[in-house]
Amino acid sequence: MARYSSSKNILQQRRGLTAIDAITALIVILLVVQIWLLSATLEAYLAGHTETALPGAIVSGVLCAVCFVMYGFVRSVDRDSRPDQ
Amino acid sequence: MFDRVKEREPLWREEFSISKADERYVNRRQLAKFLTLGSLGMFAGNLWILGRSWMRKARVYHRSPIARAGEIPVGGVKLFQYPHPGEQCIMVRTGEDTYVAYSQKCTHLSCAVFYSREENRLECPCHKGYFSVTDGSVLQGPPTRPLPRVVLERNGDDLIAIKMEPEV
Repeated sequence: MARYSSSKNILQQRRGLTAIDAITALIVILLVVQIWLLSATLEAYLAGHTETALPGAIVSGVLCAVCFVMYGFVRSVDRDSRPDQ
Repeated sequence: MFDRVKEREPLWREEFSISKADERYVNRRQLAKFLTLGSLGMFAGNLWILGRSWMRKARVYHRSPIARAGEIPVGGVKLFQYPHPGEQCIMVRTGEDTYVAYSQKCTHLSCAVFYSREENRLECPCHKGYFSVTDGSVLQGPPTRPLPRVVLERNGDDLIAIKMEPEV
């Protein structure tokens, strides 16, 4: 019974690791998009085009919120896959 | 059974009871946290640009006589300061009756550009950025933005700077 429980835990941990890896990769992609967005907005601002600042900030805010949601998901997956702690 | 396994394990494992898998797990979570904070930083940067854009007031340009027509030969240049003292600009006489003027500050890293008569372009000596003398657009090099142009008006024999495009 103890062995079954242990192997179940390991399986759960592996699944958790895979999920965390996938979410981290998504966060990296969103971060790269945000870096590009910031550089493009800054470039436009320095060129005297201020009209891009508001859409840039809104999109960046949405991406940041998505990152936080995904980080919350990482935390919950991490917590769930460690039933013994 | 557990006790038997425990007996076989070396003493150091008991004293440093750190699971390698758990360590990796925490590190991944920390990486996700670090990336999320980076995302927050990017958002803060965008908010900063937005704030600067809202606080930016339309600049008021004054009319300033900068040269007299015929003062410089065709292909010659004159340096002047506009719209404020210390803001160096360059005027080029490209034809008998055509004058163009730009900010002398390279849009890459603010080195002073100069006019190359042989190549008929404005050149930045720092990183070989070249600008068109006709409209200030980038011809080559690291700059991505054109040189701000000084709009000139001719009033009799006087060449007057009116404003800059885009506003700087």
